[in-house]
Amino acid sequence: MAKVLVIGEQLNGALSAATPKVVACAQALNPESIDVALFGAGDLAGAAEAAAKFAGVGKVLTVSNPANEHPLAAVLAPQIEALISEGGYTHVLASSSTTGKDVLPRVAAKLGVTQVTDIMAVHGANSFTRPTYAGNALVTVEVPEGQIVLGTVRGASWQAAEEGGSGAVESRELGVELPSHTRFVSQETSKSDRPDLQTAPKVVSGGRGVGSEENFKVIFSLADKLGAAVGASRAAVDAGYVPNEMQVGQTGKIIAPELYVAVGISGAIQHLAGIKDAGTIVAINKDEEAPIFEIADVGLVGDLFEVLPALEKELS
Amino acid sequence: MKVLVGVKRVVDYNVRVQVKPDGSGVATEGVKMSVNPFDEIAIEEALRMKSAGKADEVIAVSIGPQAAQEQLRTALAMGADRAILVETDQTLEPLTVARVFKALVDQEQPGLVILGKQAIDDDAGQTPQMLAALWDRPQATFASKVEIEGESAKVTREVDLGLETIEIDLPAVISADLRLNEPRYVKLPDIMKAKKKPIGTHTLEELGVEIAPALKPVKTEAPQARQGGHKVESVSELVAELKNKGLI
Ligand SMILES: Cc1cc2nc3c(=O)[nH]c(=O)nc-3n(C[C@H](O)[C@H](O)[C@H](O)COP(=O)(O)OP(=O)(O)OC[C@H]3O[C@@H](n4cnc5c(N)ncnc54)[C@H](O)[C@@H]3O)c2cc1C
Repeated sequence: MAKVLVIGEQLNGALSAATPKVVACAQALNPESIDVALFGAGDLAGAAEAAAKFAGVGKVLTVSNPANEHPLAAVLAPQIEALISEGGYTHVLASSSTTGKDVLPRVAAKLGVTQVTDIMAVHGANSFTRPTYAGNALVTVEVPEGQIVLGTVRGASWQAAEEGGSGAVESRELGVELPSHTRFVSQETSKSDRPDLQTAPKVVSGGRGVGSEENFKVIFSLADKLGAAVGASRAAVDAGYVPNEMQVGQTGKIIAPELYVAVGISGAIQHLAGIKDAGTIVAINKDEEAPIFEIADVGLVGDLFEVLPALEKELS
Repeated sequence: MKVLVGVKRVVDYNVRVQVKPDGSGVATEGVKMSVNPFDEIAIEEALRMKSAGKADEVIAVSIGPQAAQEQLRTALAMGADRAILVETDQTLEPLTVARVFKALVDQEQPGLVILGKQAIDDDAGQTPQMLAALWDRPQATFASKVEIEGESAKVTREVDLGLETIEIDLPAVISADLRLNEPRYVKLPDIMKAKKKPIGTHTLEELGVEIAPALKPVKTEAPQARQGGHKVESVSELVAELKNKGLI
């Protein structure tokens, strides 16, 4: 039976919203046990307690080490390898976050296996569905029998795991040598009080049609009215209207809000790859032929600079 | 310093791929093929390093069918000095591809390998990290800015939280994200000139590469198509509909 190690993630001691979804994927394997590993530099108790509450979690293994202050793949990989060989796991799952995507293939190569990227569905211990071609072809793959399974989990395909467990928290010292060839320098994050793009139930995104950084305030204003997070197309990010972490799509964030409002976005397949699992898609675009209307549940043809103020007024 | 760049032949990003009715994969016959867009960015970055005097030679590598020569010709026309085709008709998985790159790294001893962060066909996103692991060298994935500073490089990475800058010792592997640069257009005279540049060929056997145990594809299916909805005529209709659905 499966023994799963989930590579959890935390930020400033709080469990990341991506981890409960990875645990949900682990639960779908009907495993004998699920352990969650957490790496960091400071106090990991809060994140560990949160992780221990998920149904089926046996142990939360915390690895606190100054070297783990920022998740660097080259530093994390040997520690994950150590946990794997200690625990005799059959499956190791991480989020398809930039951290998971960075580190897990490095571990997989050391173990001599190919990783299953972006798991959307589980059909037994060795069989998984994953997206290819920006989500336009879904492939079901089988991992060779007897081989350890390493996979990243596509957040938008999974609901957060059910709680109801009471796992034990154990802190671990791993006597592994860590490389010094990779060093953290700095991080730039734009602070925002708005909901998190990846987990918000409502998202308003702006595209090239918005026209400038200055104009983007109409998007923020509508989002605030709706209590929504703000996203953007690649074109809007490339043009410098908003920072990169707001990009939605094949190479940005893949999200599944209940409501997605696309404003001044044409609907390129790479953008649509990021919103396929959204509940209701609303498109506002002045070009009635824009491909976004082919998939939008509700479309409104019009100039966004007229539509958005009117919409806000109606909402008040 | 030599820079090795990866050039994967993939279905062009503008093509809407069709899943074959028998579930055996996607239809690629007669479909336009191009250089993986992220690899084009990798090539461009290497070429800019060369013009800035940070690199001496840019070597473009493709692993794939003979037809991948076309994509290598594009890389040569962009300005790569020479190309290597590791010819195979099998579909190789990231681990095997990483092993091939490792074998070439052993031969060529580059200071840097730049690969696209993912290929837009299998969207696996593993090869750069795997090469770094097999080579036991640093990796800087999802790069949006690279500065070579002597024996090390400062790389800004696009991460979920924003931008992260790390410093890595060379040699190392970098994976290119979309905003690293804007690749140049290839001009006709460059295409003519590129015809004279050499493409060396190898086989997996020559490089001593063992094919890694593969994930077995069982079936390929199209995603459930979203039911296109309808258009409303006015803002008030839009609001009414969203209220109806309980969304606002
Ligand atoms: C490898 C690769 C990966 C990619 N990854 C992503 C990704 O992750 N995410 C992503 O979004 N894109 C991605 N792209 C880019 C994608 O192909 C498109 O170029 C991009 O999504 C276009 O952004 P856009 O819709 O904002 O701009 P455009 O296509 O230029 O569309 C702008 C739209 O705004 C409308 N408009 C203009 N003015 C107004 C107005 N006043 N009122 C109302 N409407 C107006 C126009 O009618 C038009 O439809 C990727 C591309 C490649 C090659």
